[in-house]
Amino acid sequence: MYGRKVKLRFLFIAIAFITLILSAFLVLKSLEENVIYFQSPSEIKLLSELDKKKIRIGGMVKKNSISITANEVKFIITDFKNEINVTYTGAVPNLFAEEKGVVAEGFLKDKNFFSATKILAKHDENYMPPEVKAALKEN
Amino acid sequence: MFKFFEPNKIFQVTSKAPKYVLFLFIIVFSIGLTEALILSPEDYKQSHAVRIMYVHVPAAWISLGIFSSITFLSITGFIFKNKNFFLIAKSLAPSGFVFNIIALVTGSIWGKPTWGTWWAWDARITSMLILSLFYAMYLISWRIYENEEKVFKVTTFIMILGVINVPIIKYSVDWWNTLHQPASINILSKTSIHSSMLFPLMIMTAAFTLFSLLIFLMKYNTELIKIKNKGLDRL
Repeated sequence: MYGRKVKLRFLFIAIAFITLILSAFLVLKSLEENVIYFQSPSEIKLLSELDKKKIRIGGMVKKNSISITANEVKFIITDFKNEINVTYTGAVPNLFAEEKGVVAEGFLKDKNFFSATKILAKHDENYMPPEVKAALKEN
Repeated sequence: MFKFFEPNKIFQVTSKAPKYVLFLFIIVFSIGLTEALILSPEDYKQSHAVRIMYVHVPAAWISLGIFSSITFLSITGFIFKNKNFFLIAKSLAPSGFVFNIIALVTGSIWGKPTWGTWWAWDARITSMLILSLFYAMYLISWRIYENEEKVFKVTTFIMILGVINVPIIKYSVDWWNTLHQPASINILSKTSIHSSMLFPLMIMTAAFTLFSLLIFLMKYNTELIKIKNKGLDRL
């Protein structure tokens, strides 16, 4: 049907693909720690030793946990299994709110206390008009 | 079946089609913009910033779609030694690259008011940046190599390397913790975007697709003129 050259070129492409997919898989698997943008409180709890480097932790801002004083913002990041207390000085993004996603960049003091140097709000995949949100809340 | 591809016949289509596509694009784009900027509601959480999504998401989809198409065309052209497939791939690339850049820029503009940062080195954003670099390499290699045989091989090679990145972009938000939110529109599971916002998104996607088609037809037409000028009536 097809010539020998066509078959060989097909084989070449197929082998190239398999090789690349396997290499990409191995590379990404071994780099997993660096690929993730933030760690969850549960992952922090599992650390054998405290990281001195700047890291990012992420999760939900716990309900009723935000307390804002003159020069400090305190809140709790939770993944509904474990929690970390965060302190931060500075302005927070507009979308920073309780029961919403957050990513904090900074340093771990110990496994329960985190001193943030930057706060990012994480947006979820839900998009809806305010009326619909209000109706959902009523139900 | 590709052997009897006649530039003259296709040229008749590609030289006339752009004006109709342009006409259609203007209509769909006007409806899309009116829906996206005026008629659609604001979001409960991000308010008017949601309107950036109507440009950002279609642009990202189209850049990924065109990248995959170019890969498919290059590989098929490489296996069956078909020049036409490479010319179609070459003509598709510029709009794919432009939409990739638009997705990155609009994402950055959206990120500042919502996340609180212009840029984050998370998996989705970084892999999207890598895609644009592959587009750039692809486009540059068409300019570097004069020899056709060589440019076909080089571009196919670039696309095979780059296409590995496409599933990584798609699933980056599911595989790893990213700042970027997961997909809102899912074919198999529930879509988490309200219908009043889904409608303008779809219209804008149609408009951008028509725009890509328009640019493609014009680019492809130029390629055919080059062939005609060389005095070849067949490829």
